[in-house]
Amino acid sequence: MRYVIIGNSIASCGCIEGIRKVDLENEIVVISNEPYHVYSRPLISYWLSKKISDDKIYYRPKNYYEKYKVKPILGVKVERVDFEKKKVYLENGEEISYDKLLIATGGKPFIPNIPGLNKKNVFTFIKFDDVKEIDKVICDGMRAIVVGGGLSGLKAAEALTKRGCDVTVVELADRILGSILDNEGAKLVQEELENHGIKFILKNSVIEIIGDDKVEKVRLQSLEEIPADLVVFSIGVVPNVDIFKDTQLKINRGILVNERMETNIQDVYAAGDVVSAFDMILGENRVIPILPNAYIQGEIAGLNMAGEKTKYDGGFPINSIGFFDIHMMTGGLVNPIDGCEILKRLEEEKKIYRKIYIKEGKILGFMFINSFDRTGMIVDLMRNKVDVSNFKDRLLLDNFGFLDLPKETRKEKIWRS
Amino acid sequence: MIIETKDKTKRRIYPKEEVCIGCHLCEVYCVLAHSGTKDLIKAFKKKDKPTPKVIVEEKEGYYITFALQCRHCDDPLCTKACITGAMHRDDKTGIVVCDEDKCVGCWSCILVCPYGAIRRGENKKVASKCDLCLDAGEPACVQNCPNSALEIVEA
Repeated sequence: MRYVIIGNSIASCGCIEGIRKVDLENEIVVISNEPYHVYSRPLISYWLSKKISDDKIYYRPKNYYEKYKVKPILGVKVERVDFEKKKVYLENGEEISYDKLLIATGGKPFIPNIPGLNKKNVFTFIKFDDVKEIDKVICDGMRAIVVGGGLSGLKAAEALTKRGCDVTVVELADRILGSILDNEGAKLVQEELENHGIKFILKNSVIEIIGDDKVEKVRLQSLEEIPADLVVFSIGVVPNVDIFKDTQLKINRGILVNERMETNIQDVYAAGDVVSAFDMILGENRVIPILPNAYIQGEIAGLNMAGEKTKYDGGFPINSIGFFDIHMMTGGLVNPIDGCEILKRLEEEKKIYRKIYIKEGKILGFMFINSFDRTGMIVDLMRNKVDVSNFKDRLLLDNFGFLDLPKETRKEKIWRS
Repeated sequence: MIIETKDKTKRRIYPKEEVCIGCHLCEVYCVLAHSGTKDLIKAFKKKDKPTPKVIVEEKEGYYITFALQCRHCDDPLCTKACITGAMHRDDKTGIVVCDEDKCVGCWSCILVCPYGAIRRGENKKVASKCDLCLDAGEPACVQNCPNSALEIVEA
């Protein structure tokens, strides 16, 4: 019996740890095209800004593979998988057969097909190697263009600013962080970033990269040209499914999985940023590329692969992210839907924002900026679809806590724990 | 096999809201127990105000108060949401702990903790949570509650 995992990030660790809860003996093989011990991708911006040193980017201790009896094959690409023969073929000619397979290939950067991409100093911002490359060329006063004002684009912009670059963010939408914030929230964050010297060009995009050998300037959709020394593409991630394109594996943007994280092919599971899994707010499958989901899905896959029948209840987007001195937590819907009630509190001078969407008594989404101390309690109410009608106004308080819940609810909750 | 299969901790501290008087001594002794000194004055006389790892639930207009700590969940969400691996279950004790050297203060644990039991620690740099007074035997909050409003239960 052999478990094979393609991918060596969060979902992979979840899977390893899930398997080892049940099966301490059978072999686990982890294959990755990256040469590194398992590291955390969200930490690359921390590494680039020098907030953390090399050794802190690793997600699990040095002895992890040994401890969990894992055979890592790192720095080798998987060429294809033969689901009939249950074999994985590597680029170095090696063949590995599996009994149970997890696909945890994650996401890859979406890059628009524009002229000049082959110039030097054009980067993406997903992997450790991306920031290592940026680190090699970066120097004080460099003019950096970040294409994409989403979560990772702005983390890139923050890190580049901290390294002394003069940063301009180009975003196609009319606001930054469109995947997690509405207009008002986005405005607060943009102001904070502008106070730290980051410039924004909204409703525009980069259509060409100009320069002899290296980037010298970029041309925008508005035909304006901006001088630049480096360009970081951070428009978004798409599921990394290239090697499965012409197989019978069912893909709808992401790999489709059921509640056991099984794909349509027997003994083949998938988890993390590569899957389209159940969204419990929308009630349908979709790609939600966030770290906690990757771990949880990986763990559920691992348990099921090892024979322990366990269900994934579904997830919804949640994010905790900060830039300089502003921090936000968001979850669920960003824009209101028909018939939902909007609760809002905005204190512009303090940059405090709390907004909540409620429908039929249930919380469907929230955005909290600079007021987020016990947000997990709100996420828990969402996950358990608790009717909050009787205490909904309290959800806007900075110090929302257990005393705001009905006595029975809080007693039951604390004593069942 | 090298994985230590020490059981998850079954120890939980439970509050009795009927008898809690809201004196905050649990917080005081929690800070002392984690300060590295035995001197109360020294424990508090720091540049950044120390953050207790226990939270006293109290609110204007409410008669009730009670103290709450990390539940050390059997299936914790904080360890799964942690982006650094700092939040983990300790192999030897079965307790959920945060490696404060690894933590970068992204607050993903705060985003998912159903009990709101994780706080931003001193200087708001790293996550701070109850460790059941790992090194001291009995938790300081339980030991020092003047009205026995906290009890430790071994399920």
